[in-house]
Amino acid sequence: MSELAASPAAPRRRRRLSLRPNLVIGTCLIALMIAAALLSLVWTPTPLGTMDMMSRLAGPSAAHWLGADHFGRDVLTLLLVGARNSLGIAFAAVLLGGAVGVFLGLFAAARRGWAEEVIMRFADFAFAFPAVLAAIIVTALLGVGSTTTVIAIAVANVPVFIRLSRATGVDIWSRDFILAARSAGRGPLHITVRHVLPNASGVLLVQATTQLALAIVIEAGLSYLGLGLQPPAPSWGKMLNDAQTHMGSQPLLAIFPGLAIAIAVLGFNLLGDGLRDLLDPRLRRTR
Amino acid sequence: MWLTLFRRLAGLVTALFVTALVAFILIDLLPGDPALDMLGTQATDETLAAAREALGLNRSPLERFLDWIIGIPVGDFGISYRYRIPVSQMIAEGAAVTVPLGLMAVLFTTAIALPLGVYAAANQGRAGDSAVMAFSQIGLAVPNFWFAVLLILLFAVTLGWFDAGGFPGWDAGFLPAVKALLLPAFALALPQAAIIARVTRSAILDVMGQDFVRTARAKGLSRRAALWRHALRNAMIPVVTVMGLQFAVLLAGSVIIENVFYLPGLGRLIFLAISQNDAVVVRNMVLLLAGMIMVVNFLVDLTYALINPRLRGT
Amino acid sequence: MRHGALPSILLATGIAVALAAPGVQAQVRDDLVIGVTVEPPHLDPTTHVAGSIREIVYANVYEGLTLTDENGQPYPALAESWEISEDGLTYTFHLREGVTFHDGTSFEASDVQFTYDRARGPDSQNAGVRLFSAIDSIETPDDRTVVIHLSRPDGSFIYNMGSADAAIVSPESVESLTTDPVGTGPFQFVEWVRGDRITLERYDDYWGDPAQLSEVTFRIITDPQAQVAALRTGEIDVFPNMGAPELLGEFEADDDFVVMLGFTEGEAILALNHRREPYSDVRVRQALTHAVDREAVIQGALAGYGQVIGSHYPPNLPDYVDYSGLYPYDPARAQELLAEAGYADGFEAQLILPPFPYARRAGEIIQAYYAQVGVDLSIEVYQGPQWLTDVFREFIYDMTVIAHTEPFDFGNYARDDWYIGYDNDEFDAVIEQYTLSNDPEERGELAREAQRILAEDAVVVFLFQLPKTGVARAGIEGLWLNSPVQANDVTEAYWAE
Repeated sequence: MSELAASPAAPRRRRRLSLRPNLVIGTCLIALMIAAALLSLVWTPTPLGTMDMMSRLAGPSAAHWLGADHFGRDVLTLLLVGARNSLGIAFAAVLLGGAVGVFLGLFAAARRGWAEEVIMRFADFAFAFPAVLAAIIVTALLGVGSTTTVIAIAVANVPVFIRLSRATGVDIWSRDFILAARSAGRGPLHITVRHVLPNASGVLLVQATTQLALAIVIEAGLSYLGLGLQPPAPSWGKMLNDAQTHMGSQPLLAIFPGLAIAIAVLGFNLLGDGLRDLLDPRLRRTR
Repeated sequence: MWLTLFRRLAGLVTALFVTALVAFILIDLLPGDPALDMLGTQATDETLAAAREALGLNRSPLERFLDWIIGIPVGDFGISYRYRIPVSQMIAEGAAVTVPLGLMAVLFTTAIALPLGVYAAANQGRAGDSAVMAFSQIGLAVPNFWFAVLLILLFAVTLGWFDAGGFPGWDAGFLPAVKALLLPAFALALPQAAIIARVTRSAILDVMGQDFVRTARAKGLSRRAALWRHALRNAMIPVVTVMGLQFAVLLAGSVIIENVFYLPGLGRLIFLAISQNDAVVVRNMVLLLAGMIMVVNFLVDLTYALINPRLRGT
Repeated sequence: MRHGALPSILLATGIAVALAAPGVQAQVRDDLVIGVTVEPPHLDPTTHVAGSIREIVYANVYEGLTLTDENGQPYPALAESWEISEDGLTYTFHLREGVTFHDGTSFEASDVQFTYDRARGPDSQNAGVRLFSAIDSIETPDDRTVVIHLSRPDGSFIYNMGSADAAIVSPESVESLTTDPVGTGPFQFVEWVRGDRITLERYDDYWGDPAQLSEVTFRIITDPQAQVAALRTGEIDVFPNMGAPELLGEFEADDDFVVMLGFTEGEAILALNHRREPYSDVRVRQALTHAVDREAVIQGALAGYGQVIGSHYPPNLPDYVDYSGLYPYDPARAQELLAEAGYADGFEAQLILPPFPYARRAGEIIQAYYAQVGVDLSIEVYQGPQWLTDVFREFIYDMTVIAHTEPFDFGNYARDDWYIGYDNDEFDAVIEQYTLSNDPEERGELAREAQRILAEDAVVVFLFQLPKTGVARAGIEGLWLNSPVQANDVTEAYWAE
């Protein structure tokens, strides 16, 4: 919202100003989410797992600030722990998918030739294959659970990182300082680790931030379908699914978890955009 | 030129074959015996064996794979384990829901995104632009299934204007069927519109910054006229491309959205088939999806190659 | 004459006369739209276990030699009468005259032989194959007589031949039953619009009293919210089993609707795998029963609709004994018992759940209760076939939640190959005697005895009788309140206004 207020006032300085709100708002939202996740480690309004059938579907009250669900569980408690689970899964999945993708991408950039062809063909296809669908198939094969959810989301992340790291890698490989390193007799592994990776890290980090947003949506979607986190682990997506059945009697249940997802996704998207601006203003318009 | 085309085509067929093989192997590994799903808790070894025989599960994997692959070119995808009807029929019935749903979603997306994108570009840097960009950020952040739930809450549960879900079938009449697809299509369209609005905006701004537009403007053409006369038409190329690429996203979205609204489309078909371990249906659906994506990619590549000879090598 | 048909017809005629009197009464409807939650895989109950098939075709389209009424009692259907020999080994069925299948072919003794041989033969794909296991041979001395020789007495035989698994089919149509069901019932199949509806119409050549409804449509509506909406807008007249019991409340205060709360044949249990430690220890099983507040489970999983059970027997049937208070909710006692059994610190276990909503919700609540006595459950939800394979075939599980919907299925606990793995000679003896006995009194006594043993031994954690939570538009009469078998028998349904 502050973005709205700030930009029209000073069109001349808009470049610098419009760069900041993204970063600031994004950082704030994500800080809020991380704070909620951390808070849930030490404090929740009610202990996790407490069911109180007397307050089934109760609205907000002093006892339950955001109301209670169909098992009489405190919604705020579920949201806080949900933040922890959601962020945890998203980080783990992007890290895992990123690691595999960057490895393959940089390998392709270093080796070129048929290895690159095979990896890139795979990446092109996997990139186009719907992430949620890939996740559903992985889940069907491995059974449901948090590990599977991480793997499923990681799988969806791999092609993104392959394409990005390969493109960035090829670009870096063509630069002069690489030539210098090569003429100094350095091998591809050394060059990749010492030169390519550090130079690509900024771009990759920005992408990872955006991928976190996507990971959160996929996790919520899988959990909504009953394929993500399993009870009693609270998940925003699962809360939404439960809420749908009880929408007639307690509509608020359908509001809060969705809001939490939207805030987290918005936060990571803004943060990603902000970092992108910071890193390379030329990239601003491409997304 | 023909050689390139032939090579690409051969590559496509090979890729499809590999996908089919991988899909077959992976999906055959899905845990659980479809015969047991037929017979339930009171099954005996004998009835199970008979049911497996009837479902064709007793044949070797190679036989079943070849049977499947050979049938595909003639439209014989096999018989569903659970429903005992041809998969081709199930896919046709699912497509009768998903394809119109997708078309409506594209329609909504275009109707929302293009005006917004053009408006934002025309008002670059002003309040209108910021408002559109803010809308787009929020549209990107709201997951489509939550938006769908909110739509149900408002229009079905509270106002009662629409059904909360389900599909009456096309023979119930055109309007009732379209009405049942309206909310789901809208839910699918919103995040799409957010993306396309952004793409439209930046594509127009890019074109506006290009030399021929600058020249035109230097010759006294107003910014607005330049926008309408030059930028819009040229900006449509990237926009349409992105929309084509969003096709897969749309398909993925339909898996969840069809489940939110309980629509008997392809998305729900594959979801249910996986949860019922109906391997025949699942592998066909996976191949169908993968095939569509590959064919679309192939056609995009081809078109580019035809339009722009410089790209042929890449 | 169909069992119980006479009184309701008199009643119907009485009402019709009463309504006719004012002379301006609007025409009474003779069609009915029934909502069902799950689309059936196909429409042949003799080759598939799915309840969704039975809920459409049982008694409406297909009939057996006998059928089961609303109270779980068998009554003569295609067999007009029968004699049972002294030794209980020979059943002589006298078939009805003038019965035809919906394809016009006539029903004869050879059809019974064909049906039963198909169900029990080497290539049988019948889910209820065990119901036929006592049959030794079948003779058809003439068109209207079937003589069945059993290898051992089977007190449930008459009842069993009234199950959907024993529906009589004809060799002429058997190949296409899955998509084009052909039976002898008062309704014949018209069409199936996949994902939306299945339509039946009155069969004019029915052998008995014709159905009062001319057309019955089963609408498939999976979304609970849409179910409510469809009832409200009048798209659907009756939803015999709503997808989400919590939505029933909306209709309770509404005079236009009748909430129909009844029992199904489903005993919901938390099954324990006796083949694994520590579930072979009766103290652990008792502790697990003490540790969960089953009323709370019913609150959370079924919005309060349901009845706690203490053994494996439906509360609405004769011979039911209430053991629900035997091991009441008492976490302190649970912990004592666990400590006695050597699990003072509790233990960890895996709870595998099938994808049914009641099971998932009940599982979640049980997990919360068990956590309080130190029993740490990890939940996994499996898709249907995998759950069946792991639990029922491979016995790879600690605990699962499931409602057993086969009628009189407590005998399963005596089976060696049953997934529970319960081993008790006393119980086995009771069940054997029950199976062999043809004396109703003795069978009742034995059924009560079986309930007692299962309850006292806390064989599993008996949770609740799965309710039948239906909503009907006011004015429909003749529907089943209880479902002793999986069915929506509308053969005697009619509109009263």
